[in-house]
Amino acid sequence: MAEFLSLQEAVSRHISNGDTVCLEGFTHLIPFAAGHEVIRQGKRDLTLIRMTPDLVYDQMIGAGCAKKLIFSWGGNPGVGSLHRLRDAVEKSWPNKLEILEHSHAAMACAYEAGAAGLPLAVMRGYIGSDLPKVNDQIKFIECPFTGERLAAVPAIRPDVGVIHAQRADHKGNVLVEGIIGIQKEVVLAAKRSIVTVEEIVDDLGAGVNACVIPSWAITAIVEAPGGASPSYALGYYDRDNAFYKEWDTIARDRDTFTAWLNDNVFEKGVA
Amino acid sequence: MSLEFTSSEMMSVTAARALNNSMTCFVGIGVPSEASNLARLTHAPDVTLIYESGTLQTKPDVLPLSIGDGELCESALTTVSVPEMFRYWLQGGHISVGFLGTAQIDRYANLNTTLIGDYREPKVRLPGGGGAPEIATNAQEVFVTVKHSKRTFVKDVDFVTTVGFGRDGKARDNVPNIGQGPTVVITDLCILKPDPETKELVVTSLHPSVTRKDVIDATGWNVRFADDVKTTPEPTARELKVLRDLKARTHAHHAGQQ
Repeated sequence: MAEFLSLQEAVSRHISNGDTVCLEGFTHLIPFAAGHEVIRQGKRDLTLIRMTPDLVYDQMIGAGCAKKLIFSWGGNPGVGSLHRLRDAVEKSWPNKLEILEHSHAAMACAYEAGAAGLPLAVMRGYIGSDLPKVNDQIKFIECPFTGERLAAVPAIRPDVGVIHAQRADHKGNVLVEGIIGIQKEVVLAAKRSIVTVEEIVDDLGAGVNACVIPSWAITAIVEAPGGASPSYALGYYDRDNAFYKEWDTIARDRDTFTAWLNDNVFEKGVA
Repeated sequence: MSLEFTSSEMMSVTAARALNNSMTCFVGIGVPSEASNLARLTHAPDVTLIYESGTLQTKPDVLPLSIGDGELCESALTTVSVPEMFRYWLQGGHISVGFLGTAQIDRYANLNTTLIGDYREPKVRLPGGGGAPEIATNAQEVFVTVKHSKRTFVKDVDFVTTVGFGRDGKARDNVPNIGQGPTVVITDLCILKPDPETKELVVTSLHPSVTRKDVIDATGWNVRFADDVKTTPEPTARELKVLRDLKARTHAHHAGQQ
């Protein structure tokens, strides 16, 4: 059964320096509060995996938490570059960042394989792309039945998977609604999982086909209202598009970024 | 009487016209999203729009800033998980058109959204491939829309993120179970289509008041023209009104004024 913990306890107990960590959420339900707690606790040498490293990974990379990034699209959606990510890749600030780059389809398959306990994922992918030349984790195999050449990538099996969701009940069952992305797969693929939720309720109010992750498949539940902001939680609050645009200015300059981090992550802390 | 319109509007309207009601379109963000929704709001009300966040048959009132804005989910027929999106709907062969933008494109319609320069020491690190590499191979055909400039239209892309026809034009030859690749490239100056034999992009239509020299000056290779180069029809008053209303609504929404 999932254990109810504070955000501080959950991150402190379940994320260690050097771990492979996935904070997922496909544009929706991005676990910002958890990412900020990782920054506050000064975690180091993390291998961060995420299909779309957006602002939360820009912040974690800029704060020096990451040694490696595995991803498939690293931008500020609809706005442009992630400047902290670029600064780390192009100029090794605040430290050198190793990258391993995939396509979305490959990462989705790799998470699914991780959730399924398989060592690899097979897909019709990477045809004609240069990505296999720069990523040695992309191989090609022959279908034993048809002879078709298919791409293979290793399963993602992180130490820790972190997601945000709308609700948990008192037993720790979690309901995810709206754009459900890759969230269920990352929880099932990970050795340990932390789910932050908007609220804990008596009754999940889940329809028969709802996306529910049962308590016994989760390690820790954390009540963190607003925990996905400035991304959004469908039914609770909207995406703060203005902040996504503003981030472009904040992140462009190292000093402005550092000041933002001090004011909004280190000083604010958690309630 | 001729209407006044910008080259960007010309591009969006022309790209919108490439879609029809019977298509199932996997939509990229930016101009593809603008054009797809313009098609839906004008001549193709039943075109099926799909975004990679898992939203099937979505009908947003304003253009999303990202492929996962709440508007897309709330106006969709249904929303599926990201693995389901890529494995069943895209790889399973249910997408007729992949509609993509790009940072660089070459004469064989290969797309680069990864970087400018060398991979390990890039001059400019771009966001990367996202869904595009497999959209381009698993959709039945691909439409590309991009602004025309020498920086964008290069002889050889720095990195093939997403294959058009490969560096020799032959990358799709004898590969089973994939789509036919880019069938049209729409820019703010013209329309290009791949030569049926060599797969090199050839200008087939010039937008009103655009000259051959304009296109040659904005293209990084010795661009060829079809024997019968047409003039792209101008936007209609209705197309311009719907496009401008859509952009105004979108602007107001994202500025938080709604």
